[in-house]
Amino acid sequence: MDTVDLARALFGSSLGFHIIYATIGVGVPLMIIIAEVMYIIKKDKDYALMAKRWTKGFAILLAVAIASGTIVGVLMSLLFPGFMEIVGQVIALPFQIEIFAFLIEAVFMSIYLYAADRLPAWMRLVSIISVAIGAVGSAILITDAHAWMNTPAGFEMTANGEVINVDPWAAFFNPSFFVTATHVAVSAYMTVAFLIGSIAGLRLLRSSISSEERKYHQKSFMIAVYLGAFMSLATAINGHETAQMLHEYNPRKLAAAEGLFETTDYAPLSIGGWTSREKEEVLYAIEIPYALSFLAGDRFDTEVKGLNEYPEELWPPLYVHTLFNVMVGIGSVLIALSLFAIFWRHVLKKDWPGWVLALFVAGGPLALIGIEAGWCFSCIGRQPYTIVNVLKTADAATKANNVGVLFVLFISLYVVLLFVTVFVMSFYFKRNPVQKELEQRGV
Amino acid sequence: MEESLIAVTILWSFLFVYSMLGSLDFGSGFWGMVYGKNKNTNASAIANRFLSPTWEVTNVFLVLLVVALVSFFPFATSMLGTLLLVPIGLGLILLTIRTTFMVFAHHVQKFGDMLRVTSGLTGLLIPALLVSILPITLGGFIEMENGYPQLMYGKLLSSSTTYMHILFGLSTELFLSALFLTDYAREAGDQSAFRTYRMHTIWLGPLTMVIAVLTIFTMPSEASWLVDNVGENLYGFGMSIAFFLIGYILLFVKKPNGEVGYTRWAVIAVILQYGFAIYAYGSAHLPYMVYPHLTISDGFTNPAMFYQLLIAYIIGLSILVPAFILFWRLFLKDKRYVKQE
Ligand code: HDD
Ligand code: HEM
Ligand code: HEM
Repeated sequence: MDTVDLARALFGSSLGFHIIYATIGVGVPLMIIIAEVMYIIKKDKDYALMAKRWTKGFAILLAVAIASGTIVGVLMSLLFPGFMEIVGQVIALPFQIEIFAFLIEAVFMSIYLYAADRLPAWMRLVSIISVAIGAVGSAILITDAHAWMNTPAGFEMTANGEVINVDPWAAFFNPSFFVTATHVAVSAYMTVAFLIGSIAGLRLLRSSISSEERKYHQKSFMIAVYLGAFMSLATAINGHETAQMLHEYNPRKLAAAEGLFETTDYAPLSIGGWTSREKEEVLYAIEIPYALSFLAGDRFDTEVKGLNEYPEELWPPLYVHTLFNVMVGIGSVLIALSLFAIFWRHVLKKDWPGWVLALFVAGGPLALIGIEAGWCFSCIGRQPYTIVNVLKTADAATKANNVGVLFVLFISLYVVLLFVTVFVMSFYFKRNPVQKELEQRGV
Repeated sequence: MEESLIAVTILWSFLFVYSMLGSLDFGSGFWGMVYGKNKNTNASAIANRFLSPTWEVTNVFLVLLVVALVSFFPFATSMLGTLLLVPIGLGLILLTIRTTFMVFAHHVQKFGDMLRVTSGLTGLLIPALLVSILPITLGGFIEMENGYPQLMYGKLLSSSTTYMHILFGLSTELFLSALFLTDYAREAGDQSAFRTYRMHTIWLGPLTMVIAVLTIFTMPSEASWLVDNVGENLYGFGMSIAFFLIGYILLFVKKPNGEVGYTRWAVIAVILQYGFAIYAYGSAHLPYMVYPHLTISDGFTNPAMFYQLLIAYIIGLSILVPAFILFWRLFLKDKRYVKQE
């Protein structure tokens, strides 16, 4: 691999690592708020314990989120200096404001963790709400920079590559900012809801737990099911708007996502399959007639642009079709699963059987795969550009040697950290099982 | 003042803040490791009590420094990024190990020692790596290859300046953190920790001073421009030495209530000591970011961006100041936290 490819691989894998912890960092504070509020409303001590245990897990994972975030933040400047040169002139604001979001999160997280016992209940709630705002704020702001890369705005470029007429706020409020930021926020909440569902489901599947512990897990499972249903619906509805945004601003990416080569109206939607360059179609796919046109423009006769409108060197890799399908597929499956669970409980009025719980155990990991697939689709689907129609990735990347050495070192670090976090989490929660904490609470 | 000069002053102030916070943070980690096994003193507990709530905030300042650099000076990223890829990349790996292991150590008592030693040692290596960047900017370690700068690792690693800078960074880290923890231990009313840290402060202070002066003498011939400029900024360095002496003497003065040392005032004097030195060094370094390839006006962003960033800083900081005050009260002043068993 040459330096450019190494830089892309290193940066992409670092982001793929960061996003696991970052998503959890965005979602868990909301779960803690819900538990704290339920405790205030229902005066049920189980919810207080829930908030406490989630906070513990959060504190462990947050360390990795912050460390890996520091890595990606610095690596971006090191590996893509050509990109940062334009960022610094045009879209520096979200990066800058993000720092304040980080500070708010960091300050109030310490307060919530280490000063909770010295604070009145309302101050505790204010602290954790501030943490949640800081976390989702940082996600929204970084997504702003990402949205701007997809739909650049707020500057002009002269023929010799000089940036002029900069309007920092026009860049900030670029066309895809709101819809993309919403998608990122709701998909993070959805993911964490399903992760909590996985954990609760796993515990509930055990026959050996006490009835006290069973009740505890049922409550957290309930929160997961409802929040998961709501957020996965919101993700899909908003994802639909995101796709329409692509249709308007970045039809090349949409065409690659759908494996569409010829521009047509009444375009069909291909689900699954594999895009073939030679045959110029998606092989082995299920085709839904007219559906793509309808998705893109709410009308069956909407004209959807195909890849052949563009020279081939401007096509993104065709496998992004699969990445897109994985994301949408997982979204659909999880909506179905959570709505089904609600139906079972409230219409059929029955307890969830083991196989529903087992399906939920898979839900959390699936949602995380959805996040990874969605991001990789978005970033790889942007290729060969780093800033669409403005800056090619090859011109953005560093010219330094030695990227290969760093690549090996960083990947090893991530692998080790993945194992160590799993180990630390399971060690901690094995040492402090729910049962023990429920019993301690009694005395 | 010229806009690029305002920008570099803000950036340099962030560097100053981070060098203070970072020294406390990494230094406390180190002391926490050294006294972790020692049952006779609470020195380790005091260090960790300071570290637990503050490391996140300190880390954000590091990110702030990087973001401010690339947003104020976007045209500097290309050169700095290429030159510093390896040292900063290694620094990031160490920082990650340190941050995560430090937090993990709180949760897994069984492996706490191993994790603490790792995070304590990486806490020494990181500042060493970070200060080794300074000599790179002085000139003499860069060669141009097809129009792109490359770092001459062999020359850098065999130069005595590099090692003097590293020694200076390490002694500063340990001196600042020991002094601060002396004061924090007093606040906590912990006599044994107080004596331990005061003892370390007393030998580290003069050592740091000697190393600082020696570092200037090892500057390579390529850096003679800087040495000349330092000669013209003697006022700042003189003030720095004066505040060091004041701070150091304050450690020995008896208070009316019989305690030895005005530790709080000593901390302030030493912060001023470093403040004067860092700003004097910074102005001696001007107008170069990397000698002789890059000046601050080469790197500077456009004025429209600059003013929006300035406004964002003012608004952001005014929101955050109350939060910081609350933070200070809860963790550095509140006796219930500071003194807990
Ligand atoms: C659990 C995660 C998850 C789920 C179930 C979905 N998404 Fe998504 N999607 C993301 C997580 C995500 C993401 C990881 O958050 C992305 C990557 C970049 C971004 O802005 O959000 C994303 C990007 C993204 C994009 C690309 C935006 C761009 O490149 O600018 C589109 C068109 C959609 N999504 C559409 C959908 C649709 C129609 C879904 C229907 C169910 C859907 N997403 C479910
Ligand atoms: C959209 C995907 C992302 C999300 C949802 C996200 C979210 C988060 C969260 C929740 C944290 C922990 C916040 C804290 O407590 O300080 C974090 C840390 C961080 N992230 Fe990300 N992040 C994303 C992508 C990125 C990218 C692409 C970058 C850089 C280019 C980045 C830079 C950082 C930095 C520098 C930190 C550490 C801040 C600190 O020191 O506290 N993030 N991120
Ligand atoms: C956190 C979740 C993210 C993941 C998993 C992710 C994934 C990737 C991948 C796989 C690549 C390599 C693409 C290729 O070269 O083929 C990439 C490139 C890149 N991404 Fe993302 N990305 C994420 C978020 C972001 C965000 C929020 C930003 C904006 C601030 C961003 C900025 C970039 C840049 C600058 C590149 C390098 C240039 C390029 O290849 O276009 N990424 N990312």
